[in-house]
Amino acid sequence: MASQSRAALEVTDLKLAYRVRGRDRIAIRGVTFTINKGESYGLVGESGSGKSTVAYAVMRYLPDNAKITGGSIVLDGKDMLHMDGDDLRKLRATAASMVYQNPGTALNPTIRAGDQLIEAFVIAGVAKGEARERALAMLGRVQISDPQGVMGRYPHQLSGGMQQRVVIAMALASDPTLLILDEPTTGLDATVEAEVLDLIRNLRATFGTSVLFISHNLGVIARMCDRVGVLYAGRMVEEGPAWELLTNPRHPYTVGLLRCIPRWGLSKEVGPLDTIPGFPPGIGAAIKACVFADRCGLVQDICRAEEPGLDPVGEGHASRCHFSDIAQTLPRAERDMVKRPPVPETARAALSIKNLRRTMTQQGNSFQALAGVDLEIAAGEVFGLVGESGSGKTTLARSVIGLGVPDAGSEIDLEGKKLAPRVGQRSLDQVRAIQIVFQNPDASLNRRKSVRQILGRALTKLTGVRGERRSRRIVELSESVRLDAGLLDALPRQLSGGLKQRVGIARAFAGEPHLVICDEPTSALDVSVQAAILNLLVRLQRDRNLSYIFISHDLGVVRYISDRIGVLYLGRLMEVGPADVVFSAPHHPYTEALLSAAPSLDVREEHRIRLQGDIPSAAKPPSGCVFHTRCPRKLGAICEQQEPPLLEEEPGHFLKCHIPIEDLRRLQKPEAADQAG
Amino acid sequence: MSATIALGRQESAARLRRQAWVERLRLALRTPSLLIGVGVLLFWVILAIFAQNIAPHDPLAPDILHKLQPPSADHRFGTDGLGRDVLSRVIYGSRGILVAAPLATLLGTVVGTAIGLIAGYFRGLVEDVLMRITDAFLALPTIVTALLVLASVGGSTTTVILVIGLGFAPIIARTVRAAVLSEAQLEYVEAARLRRERAPYVMFVEILPNVMGPVLVEFTVRLGYAVFAIATLSFLGLGIPPPSPDWGLTISEQYTYLISNFWWPVLFPALAIASLVIAVNMFADGLSRVLER
Amino acid sequence: MLRFLARRIALALVTLWLLSVIIFLASHALPGDVGRRILGPFADPRAVATLDHSLGVDRPLLVQYLDWIGGFIRGDLGTSLSFHVPVAQLLLRGLGNSVKLALVAFVIVVPLSILGGVVAALRRGTFIDRTISIGGLSATAMPEFVTSIVLILLLSITLKVLPISVQVPPDADPFTQVYHLILPSLPLVLVLFGYIARITRAGMIEALESDYTRTAVLKGLAWRTVVFRHVLRNALMPTIAVVATQTGYLIGGLVVIETMFNYQGIGQLLYTSVAQKDFPLIQAGVMTVGVVYLVATLLADISYSLLNPRIRLAGRE
Ligand SMILES: Nc1ncnc2c1ncn2[C@@H]1O[C@H](COP(=O)(O)OP(=O)(O)O)[C@@H](O)[C@H]1O
Ligand code: SF4
Ligand code: SF4
Ligand SMILES: [Mg+2]
Repeated sequence: MASQSRAALEVTDLKLAYRVRGRDRIAIRGVTFTINKGESYGLVGESGSGKSTVAYAVMRYLPDNAKITGGSIVLDGKDMLHMDGDDLRKLRATAASMVYQNPGTALNPTIRAGDQLIEAFVIAGVAKGEARERALAMLGRVQISDPQGVMGRYPHQLSGGMQQRVVIAMALASDPTLLILDEPTTGLDATVEAEVLDLIRNLRATFGTSVLFISHNLGVIARMCDRVGVLYAGRMVEEGPAWELLTNPRHPYTVGLLRCIPRWGLSKEVGPLDTIPGFPPGIGAAIKACVFADRCGLVQDICRAEEPGLDPVGEGHASRCHFSDIAQTLPRAERDMVKRPPVPETARAALSIKNLRRTMTQQGNSFQALAGVDLEIAAGEVFGLVGESGSGKTTLARSVIGLGVPDAGSEIDLEGKKLAPRVGQRSLDQVRAIQIVFQNPDASLNRRKSVRQILGRALTKLTGVRGERRSRRIVELSESVRLDAGLLDALPRQLSGGLKQRVGIARAFAGEPHLVICDEPTSALDVSVQAAILNLLVRLQRDRNLSYIFISHDLGVVRYISDRIGVLYLGRLMEVGPADVVFSAPHHPYTEALLSAAPSLDVREEHRIRLQGDIPSAAKPPSGCVFHTRCPRKLGAICEQQEPPLLEEEPGHFLKCHIPIEDLRRLQKPEAADQAG
Repeated sequence: MSATIALGRQESAARLRRQAWVERLRLALRTPSLLIGVGVLLFWVILAIFAQNIAPHDPLAPDILHKLQPPSADHRFGTDGLGRDVLSRVIYGSRGILVAAPLATLLGTVVGTAIGLIAGYFRGLVEDVLMRITDAFLALPTIVTALLVLASVGGSTTTVILVIGLGFAPIIARTVRAAVLSEAQLEYVEAARLRRERAPYVMFVEILPNVMGPVLVEFTVRLGYAVFAIATLSFLGLGIPPPSPDWGLTISEQYTYLISNFWWPVLFPALAIASLVIAVNMFADGLSRVLER
Repeated sequence: MLRFLARRIALALVTLWLLSVIIFLASHALPGDVGRRILGPFADPRAVATLDHSLGVDRPLLVQYLDWIGGFIRGDLGTSLSFHVPVAQLLLRGLGNSVKLALVAFVIVVPLSILGGVVAALRRGTFIDRTISIGGLSATAMPEFVTSIVLILLLSITLKVLPISVQVPPDADPFTQVYHLILPSLPLVLVLFGYIARITRAGMIEALESDYTRTAVLKGLAWRTVVFRHVLRNALMPTIAVVATQTGYLIGGLVVIETMFNYQGIGQLLYTSVAQKDFPLIQAGVMTVGVVYLVATLLADISYSLLNPRIRLAGRE
């Protein structure tokens, strides 16, 4: 059949419904897009917008309750929707491949990685004898340093980054026309993510594969794609060349989305982040006209009467809005932050951590999760903590709140008084003084308790109020996090992610704490919701003049909210300093690599530093400087033999590196100009 | 911003909660196994309560002249080896087991849940000791444990309830512990510790409501086994003593007639047990389907 | 792997020790005195005292326990009060017979139930699935004496295809033996079928819904290859554990079956010992049941760990 068409994939007016509780509920409301041969097309949108559904529809791998109710999908000239089982199988074996989130579960745990890869070659038509050679070669191409070894290993013996490389190798085995990547790096560390993204870009260049790249992260999309489509509630609302769309958005939703992101170098001093009010319509919601009308700041009567078409607004750029020409005048949703004078010094937190060590055992091996951390956090200060997973961020937080017992010799003082290691041994005042906001509100709120019960119990236990006064305090508390009193009797599952996180924040504030630990409080949320939560956290902190330890893997977020930042690596602080200082050169070589790995919307042509390999196991930390195995600026033997001390190189700026700060400043000059902007 | 979000959803909480219940009920009504199970169970409960009004004869009155009569108009299920009316005995025979099985299961569930909660929450030494003891009990089938104990203390309804109930406890403790372990990893438990809640509060007020689903399912499943085990003990002559019309006991008394093809004194109580056991299991199956949604 | 095994064996030994304590206490420390329980309420107190003394039950509990467990370790299980022969001899013979019966049941049920579970999962939600699931559930829940009666009525009395009697001369050829054992094994088969099929089905469904199955399908593998290469192996792992734990259950069922069919296995022995209040035999018999169960679960753990690379390769780089 003719597969000479120019398009790798043509999706036309795709409509799809999921059957939920006996009714078909529409999830994809007519989506049209085309991916040309060799092109990389990005699909963005918040969670639930239908990105994955579109991807699986293309592969014709949908759950039983899904039903395609209209439209067509043509892959490489072949109609996917009218294809029988055998042809479909052949097409999957040769023309299209898919890589998705969670490489750990994508590989079969009981079959060696090599055999799974060989299988992919065999099914694509390679002779059995040759398949092994080809598999080895492919592992080399996805930059696996020891292909022979990896072939013989089981998935659980590979790190996340390696697993994803194997999955990618498998996807490329058939030299497919179209490669679908559904959030392929979500859940990987930024440094690993950067490597995997580079790899995908390079492979695409060599293989000439067309790519459908799905992500909620606009920075990643900007880096990876030629053209982008923005999906909202199962409808394509804007489409255009990636750079053009991200710098000159023409749909109010895209405009709002871009404003929510804490951009490079943006800090709370500049002002609150913008947010998008309201919620996206759920699946099955009846929508008569513009899908975005309920949340749009530019909405007019016509928007509710008539759906706008996806009309051209520029070269290859189209927007589904009646007012796309004035989309960028979208009013700011967030009122300017009221800067109240700081409250009289009631809330004082001065935390002092000396030589904090924590030895843990995992499967019989003991390792140091924290290897002697010294830190001072002043009253009213927001201290940001960054580092790859496993670097000890959470361990540090848990030691401070008294849920993890540090090794003997460690000392944590709050306002000059020593804190007992366990929360049970601390005085009530000390317990009230330090509270935490957890990452995942689904896990941190008891599903069987109403908001009122959750807040009420915290108030009673921490402040002893009861009866009428308690009811009043509950309302005050919920108002302070802008949670409507009407929701007090709701159960957590009846609230959206952002509202749930507000409950978590309110609970942490019940006892008037002096220090609140925020452990990735926005990582589970979409950017528009994240922005609102960040604004709330900033306001609460300013109103009460208290301190935060703010943990996040998102550097933009940390930069936005923090006054000072510490960078952890393998349980050691590598750099500590004021936020703007840490974010501008000279940096510690590790910080430099982290910053350069972070996907951003602002750096177009990258001069990036890549870290080789994975984080070494904490059970066997490298000798000397623990970063020497990956350090691009390693000096030589001294780095392998001697551990550098954490020294105050300039006032308030601490570095743990053998390279003198002046040399770092000189070395990092060219990028410094790029990034400080 | 969020204030308006929230206002738009004013109606929510109470109504949503009611809706959830209505939905669950609707689901229950659409689950045939649940309906059949409940129906048959109700049937037996009603028979047991109104046995006096329903049974045509005295279940205990022998009539040696009319022994082993095949089913007829007067004795619809025939008569047994002592000439007693089989139908009446089947009707009355439901009484013992319909009391003993739920009580034994309840006992096992309460004790087992407590052990499971404690082992799952405290971890460490407490968990190790409790789980080793549980394992030791699990190495013996309930019937064998029951044999061992009943040999020492003799059979009666009370001892059967105690033995079966306590025999179930370790099994239920395992299930509950597994549920508690995954529950205790959730951060709401840490949040409770961060406001210095005492352990019993965390276990019983925070965690227990979240593991009630598995506990409830386990209860219904165990109820089926309780019927199974109690009937078997009666059959072995270790449960409810004669001359009770208990089904298991009746079968063991009349079993020898089977070889001579007098099937009715044995088959009808056997079918009664079968119907009860299947009903309980369908109920359990249906309930777990409704709860897991 | 070795560590895993060592740990499992150590745990099994601890469990075994606890079990011995439980059995000992359950049969000794209950209120009332042993001689009185054996001889009945109207016996002469002197006779009771003499019996107590000859049984050694008038000694301190700890001494009795050590004596008993010491004998157990040495292989001396005492003498049966009712049969007047060494307990070990009785138990060995009983165990041998029971193993025969159990083997027949397992050989029938394991392939059948696994097949049932696999088919039900592959045809999830269809009529076949429902039949297997609900049929299995009902069969599992039925006490053996109930199914025995129905089976005897149906197969022996009405259709006359299988003999009621299990009494075969011990030197009969294996086929005759198996022929006589089929009927008594069927009630066990029914109970086990539901259990094993249900776990197999659940394991299959989990594997079918897993990401790696999705990967395999999207690779373009034929469905048959997906099932045989990717799904089955992962799906059947939990089944192994269940088959093992069911050995324990099986012995409970044997008590009933062997008593009903008058088959001289360990189940009947247990039942008789209880009826006769033959305490040395009860204790040793129950202990044997526990040992059989623990050995079976240990074997299951080992085979599970051999199939699961996560455990097999633990500790290796
Ligand atoms: N199997 C399913 N059954 C019912 N609803 C589903 C199912 N899968 C996805 N959905 C719903 O469809 C919508 C789109 O989901 P999805 O494609 O996963 O979005 P995204 O990938 O953009 O996060 C969401 O509202 C989601 O809850
Ligand atoms: S059509 Fe109207 S409501 Fe929709 S996005 Fe444009 S301005 Fe907003
Ligand atoms: S001490 Fe050496 S290895 Fe460590 S960060 Fe500095 S240059 Fe790199
Ligand atoms: Mg998705």
